[in-house]
Amino acid sequence: MGLRNFFDKIEPHFEKGGKWEKYFPMYEMVESFLYTPKTVTTVAPHARSYVDMKRIMTYVVIATIPCILMALYNTGYQANLAIAEFGSSGWRASIIEGLGIGFNAANPVANMLHGLMYFLPIYITTLVAGGVFEVIFATVRKHEVNEGFLVSSMLYALIMPATTPLWQVALGIIFGVVIGKEVFGGTGKNFLNPALTGRAFLYFAYPAQMSGDSVWVPVDGFTGATALAVSASNGVQHLAAMGMTWWDAFLGFIPGSMGETSTVAAFLGLLFLLATKIANYRMVLGCLGGMIGFSLLLNWVGSDSNPMFAMPWYWHLVLGGYAFGLVFMVTEPVSGAHTNLGRYIYGALIGFMVVMIRVINPAFPEGMMLAILFGNVFAPLIDYFVVQANIKRRARRNV
Amino acid sequence: MAHKRKEMLIDPLVDNNPITLQVLGICSALAVTSSLKVAVVMAIAVTLVTAFSSMFISMLRNHIPGSIRIIVQMVIIASLVILVDQMLKAYAFEISKTLSVFVGLIITNCIVMGRAEAFAMKNPPLDSFIDGIGNGLGYGLILMLVGTIRELFGSGSLFGVTILETVNNGGWYVPNGLLLLPPSAFFIIGLIIWAFRSWKTNQVEEREYKIQTVEAH
Repeated sequence: MGLRNFFDKIEPHFEKGGKWEKYFPMYEMVESFLYTPKTVTTVAPHARSYVDMKRIMTYVVIATIPCILMALYNTGYQANLAIAEFGSSGWRASIIEGLGIGFNAANPVANMLHGLMYFLPIYITTLVAGGVFEVIFATVRKHEVNEGFLVSSMLYALIMPATTPLWQVALGIIFGVVIGKEVFGGTGKNFLNPALTGRAFLYFAYPAQMSGDSVWVPVDGFTGATALAVSASNGVQHLAAMGMTWWDAFLGFIPGSMGETSTVAAFLGLLFLLATKIANYRMVLGCLGGMIGFSLLLNWVGSDSNPMFAMPWYWHLVLGGYAFGLVFMVTEPVSGAHTNLGRYIYGALIGFMVVMIRVINPAFPEGMMLAILFGNVFAPLIDYFVVQANIKRRARRNV
Repeated sequence: MAHKRKEMLIDPLVDNNPITLQVLGICSALAVTSSLKVAVVMAIAVTLVTAFSSMFISMLRNHIPGSIRIIVQMVIIASLVILVDQMLKAYAFEISKTLSVFVGLIITNCIVMGRAEAFAMKNPPLDSFIDGIGNGLGYGLILMLVGTIRELFGSGSLFGVTILETVNNGGWYVPNGLLLLPPSAFFIIGLIIWAFRSWKTNQVEEREYKIQTVEAH
């Protein structure tokens, strides 16, 4: 208990009147990260539960582990495949050659290591850049830094393409933290998902690095459209001609943003989140229903000029960021709807919008990011109508 | 009186800025600020229209019947806007093309109507003229700030002169495409309002609600 004693000894300096009073948020951050938070509910009603914010946030980070592993593996796998054709260059290649591991795409260790060398710099940049702004706001505003940022930064790093320049990574997370969260009062008061806000900022600010054909696989000279972009121009049947099966997409061996390619990894996380009741199943059902319903409708309507109309729902499910967004962003409790009926509507709205953007808007082949942000904006309105309807229903009962 | 007139001129720059405090004239501030040159022309146009419309309305203020005053104000403002539009078309055709419909839309700029209604209807012509110039300058100041940020970081230049050599021309600067889109002005104006209100804390609005704190027993 040496560490506990150390914390107890230095704590008075950070409390009111202590000499480092200003830095209390930083002390609190480190302390509550290592130990359970001390604040407990003091006023009625005494709803006591073992689940506190720290535990919720930690569970979400645990739920991303399958996605992280797949992100490492698939990023390295795609890079190694492309290196076989285009040759290697850059500092990562020098390190790997120095270690004598090589670029064999059939070797899982080589893939993981290569992927790690893309994921780690992006993740560390995210933590440092976003963390600095998080602490600045916490210090000035005198609120606490909490584990929410760990979740945002992990999700943010997972939805980056592997080739994103690090300064853009930093700029995006700073925008996400400040505009997406802190200007509205910090964790729990953000009506937009901070990770997605940062991603959307980069998407519109630097489209050349965030979309197109050459950003998904980090090897010079390699170009390859994402599966969604191919489907948009040639129809989903064309994927088979490229050697991409539904199972590849489901398991995640396709090019895309680092953590979002694998549907199965995202669903493993979903099982964990549903079992621990952190994700609300209503949002998930709503979002699946909206997506399946609207894509079936579009299949039935059909179109001669737009091959996306014919894309079946099970392809919508496995391509692009749908599964990842469904599991980790639609279910985010703060920016989503808060009433039970509202959660179905909220989910369905996102499911409908994602198909709408993918199929009918020619400018964006991928729609999950924009659909979720759209849903975030509408969540309070949905809640308002649900609550008003309930008030009316109950008032009628007493006439 | 001279002292008061100076205040009328200075006040709308920061302390009573039409954009950041009264939140008027936002549409044109979003639309015309992607390059500084256009923003300056727009600022001058709005300043002139506000000043002269205030002056003329003030001259007529004792003869305008209350029930149709808005219509009379609109007629005066619209005539001035048409005048400005024709001048731009004659002497600065390129800029007039870039500004396109937004010159005509000065008619609907809330700042012009706002000053006519709030100030010119109650004050003598010279005061109204100065008040119009002041508010036009306040509007112009924000337009220039937003325009500077958007043009410098969005296309790496100021007044069309390259400051940051962009990657496409062999330089090092990667332009931020978001700043060329109108929504970016929302963020920038929001941040400017944030900065102004941190500086001049009396501009901060009162909360519409109170957060209740329950004392622990």
